[in-house]
Amino acid sequence: MKLITAIIREVQLDKVREALIAAEITRITVSRVSGNGRQRIEEMYRGQRIVPDLIPKIKIEIAVNDAFVDITINTILKAAKTNGTEGHLGDGKIFIIPLEECIRIRTGERGGLAI
Amino acid sequence: MKLIWKRILFTCLFLGTGITGLYASDGGEIDSGATAWMLTSTTLVLLMIPGLAMFYGGLARTKNVLGTIMHSFAAMGIISILWVVVGYSMSFGRSVLGGFFGWSPEYFFLNGIDNNILEAKVPEYVFSMFQGKFAIITPALIAGAFAERVNFKAYCIFIALWSLIVYNPLCHWVWASDGFLYNLGARGAIDFAGGTVVHISAGFSGLVAALFVGSRRGYPYQVIRPTNLVLTMLGAGMLWVGWFGFNAGSSISSGLSTAQALTATQIAAAAGALTWSIIEGFHQGKSTALGFASGILAGLVAVTPAAGVVQPYGAMILGILASLICYKAIQLKNKLGYDDSLDAFGIHGVGGVVGAIFLSFFIRPSWMKEAAAAASDGSWTVWNQLGVQTLAVAIAIIYAMGMTFVIIWTLNKFIRFRASEDEEMAGLDRSYHGERGYGMLNPS
Repeated sequence: MKLITAIIREVQLDKVREALIAAEITRITVSRVSGNGRQRIEEMYRGQRIVPDLIPKIKIEIAVNDAFVDITINTILKAAKTNGTEGHLGDGKIFIIPLEECIRIRTGERGGLAI
Repeated sequence: MKLIWKRILFTCLFLGTGITGLYASDGGEIDSGATAWMLTSTTLVLLMIPGLAMFYGGLARTKNVLGTIMHSFAAMGIISILWVVVGYSMSFGRSVLGGFFGWSPEYFFLNGIDNNILEAKVPEYVFSMFQGKFAIITPALIAGAFAERVNFKAYCIFIALWSLIVYNPLCHWVWASDGFLYNLGARGAIDFAGGTVVHISAGFSGLVAALFVGSRRGYPYQVIRPTNLVLTMLGAGMLWVGWFGFNAGSSISSGLSTAQALTATQIAAAAGALTWSIIEGFHQGKSTALGFASGILAGLVAVTPAAGVVQPYGAMILGILASLICYKAIQLKNKLGYDDSLDAFGIHGVGGVVGAIFLSFFIRPSWMKEAAAAASDGSWTVWNQLGVQTLAVAIAIIYAMGMTFVIIWTLNKFIRFRASEDEEMAGLDRSYHGERGYGMLNPS
């Protein structure tokens, strides 16, 4: 089992979500986060240029069985990338970490069955 | 000829029951009481527009909250200016082109009314600003039908054209003393404060616009949740308060007819809100806050044309009927699957028709007596008035729908009316305004 965490652009959320649903990956957790990566944006505020330290992003967390890791990653990669196949600074990152255990609270089921 | 004079005489006699006193003399006396109330009413109607902005803004998704609010605020800018330049003249000037709209040179830029006092003893500036607020809120109402997916620039041009082509002529027909609907039947089609001019025209135009631009991305399968219902409830409250200016101000006086309109307004709003809550309670098991707000609006919309002529029991029945029928209309929308996003048609279009048609059955007897006296053969029944009301409603619907289609279809040839898919996904706030509504939701 793996826990896949993807940090993506806010505006790509709909596309990524739709792509994941199309790939039959529906059990996900989404949250709003702010972060500082390599992206630099300039915003105009009252006519002044400002460069915010922290840029709003969306974090998606998906726990999957090993067989689904590749399809999940590929789906996110394809849907979260902007500017065609080129991509842009700020498209985000995907982190994968091993998942020690997964327990469904209602039944107490453990492991791959509970995902 | 004799008939016409009789009619004019009667129009003059009952100054209190409609929009009157258009051809004013200079330097007349000012009734400071009436003027003070009209100034207050003008302010109250202006308050309805930020109220509407909050009502609609709260119902949109977070990414569209500012864009949706800007639809109302943009109307405050664009239509105010248009109204002063040509709108007032087109609406309340003397009939030209066979009565299609009005035009009086002294109303162009309001340049000739500096010292005018109306027969209602109110300065004409006050009346023109009061009416200007109605012109602002009407196109802003339409925005609810195509919320969350329209190009801001195209929207701005659309409301300007719509105001010129749809609102001003309609306003002239119904409210100018030489408008043909104002003079239909014995005492004219009854539209006290804008059932046909404001709500029916906006609602049905909204329907056409919503069908033209198509549904929001993901509708109806993707759940589209309101960003902030608290904002919506506050907006609904502001609309209720502002509606006293809207209806009671439409008496263009400060007297008996003002009190009658104000009372009817309060009753219909409450009856509508309670009815909606009760229906929801039975139908869905819970009475929602949004349902209560929708009921307020349905009741207010229905009583708008009727406020000057119905008595309290009539206002109550209108409020109840409006909620029953609007509730059904929204269910039908969900079944048919078109995306009238914030129910501009479901509440304003449908509620406006309910009010304008059913008011015929609740007209106070004194009004009917005066109508009978004004009629050519000395009798005037509920059914006669029902005929007049139905005709006026039908004309407003057909004209508004037809012209809205022509405007959007033509405009769409030059500027894409609908936001592009990327702009829609990113949200109106970011795509058209470069801002976000709630900065504090994310640490920065």
